[in-house]
Amino acid sequence: MCVICGCHAGSNPESTPDSNADSNSQRTDARKTRSGASPIPAETGGGDLPYGVGGARLSVPGISQARAIHMEADVLGKNKRLASRNRAHFAAHGVSAFNLVSSPGSGKTTLLCASINALKIRRPGLSVAVIEGDQQTSVDAERIRATGAPAIQVNTGRGCHLDAQMVGDAFARLDLHARAHHGHGGDALLFIENVGNLVCPALWDLGEAAKVVVLSVTEGEDKPLKYPDMFAAATLMMINKIDLLPYVSFDVSRCIGYARQVNPGIEVLLVSATTGDGIERWLDWLLPQHGDLDRRPAAEPVGHGTAAQRIMASTVVTP
Amino acid sequence: MHEVSMAAGILRMIEEAAERERFQRVSNMRLEIGALAGVELQALSFALTAMMPGTCMEGSELAIDEIPGTARCLHCAASVEIKSHLEPCPCCGSYTLQATGGSEVRIVDLVVFDD
Repeated sequence: MCVICGCHAGSNPESTPDSNADSNSQRTDARKTRSGASPIPAETGGGDLPYGVGGARLSVPGISQARAIHMEADVLGKNKRLASRNRAHFAAHGVSAFNLVSSPGSGKTTLLCASINALKIRRPGLSVAVIEGDQQTSVDAERIRATGAPAIQVNTGRGCHLDAQMVGDAFARLDLHARAHHGHGGDALLFIENVGNLVCPALWDLGEAAKVVVLSVTEGEDKPLKYPDMFAAATLMMINKIDLLPYVSFDVSRCIGYARQVNPGIEVLLVSATTGDGIERWLDWLLPQHGDLDRRPAAEPVGHGTAAQRIMASTVVTP
Repeated sequence: MHEVSMAAGILRMIEEAAERERFQRVSNMRLEIGALAGVELQALSFALTAMMPGTCMEGSELAIDEIPGTARCLHCAASVEIKSHLEPCPCCGSYTLQATGGSEVRIVDLVVFDD
């Protein structure tokens, strides 16, 4: 009921004049529930002037009305849309993309250089490219280019992670992309080396087939418990620098137990990028069935029982 | 520190909504953040408050609701609520929980003014 004159006009919230306009509008993720009514309300289709539909249910000249807007909007929605576009783009170009994440200094770039050199022997015709993410410098991209593989350096400035937009822009500059457009397509591998950071990159989907978290034995075996979000988001954990195991107190099985506590399905590989131990197993993981990621066997199901029994039962590959 | 880029993304979304819905200022904003979203509520709140001046969000009040994470136990098949990835299954005690929800970060609604 109208609080000014007592009539029944506009007293039913269901008859909000712009409810029809809502269903016809092209708005994507915001829905207006009450129309603004100050100073002159938006005219509706029937020529009505809906003064009484704001939060206060009446209009007083000189006093503005509040109105509620239901957003129900995903804050990461834009990144997710761009990541889906990247994913479709990669698939259309026959590219399997892997997002390598770790803390700074775990050996990601050294691991990539060793992987590229080993791939040249294992699969000589395979196209491999790298997108390098760092806050500053192009040192890592230069190290990759020295192996003969193309690399694009993305400097994030003060940003702590790569996002889907950056990866999409970088991919468009790679030969991998142009090659497919000129009819020279075929399987290809794209490594995305994220900014060294075990926290933020966990949240940003880049369109990759899998996140691979690299952890070196000099960092301590409790990293999976300290940074659980990253280990929960990863498909594979690579324990790197295993050639240093005799010199550090790093308990490999405890580390794997911690990682599986956070993510029961995580796969594990042990490698040394400097000695080459375990690199062939890593290539097996990357290139199952001629590089088709969809045909890669899923992680083994997790057995029942203690963490230690589960480690014994599932895929831990030692060199 | 990804909360800073997230806050910037939120402000951009609000400015877009302001243009689309033709409002001038926001007095209240309600966010919903999953316990497994990897977002530090205080850091996000700090970043948003620091960025609000000069935008239509200036002076607006922020409410953040934390939504519990959900998981399924691969051992006993229970569906449970969790606060972090580190928890054992409250039903059978095994560390075999696979997260199924609670990673969302959403703007739920706004109270806005047209002048």
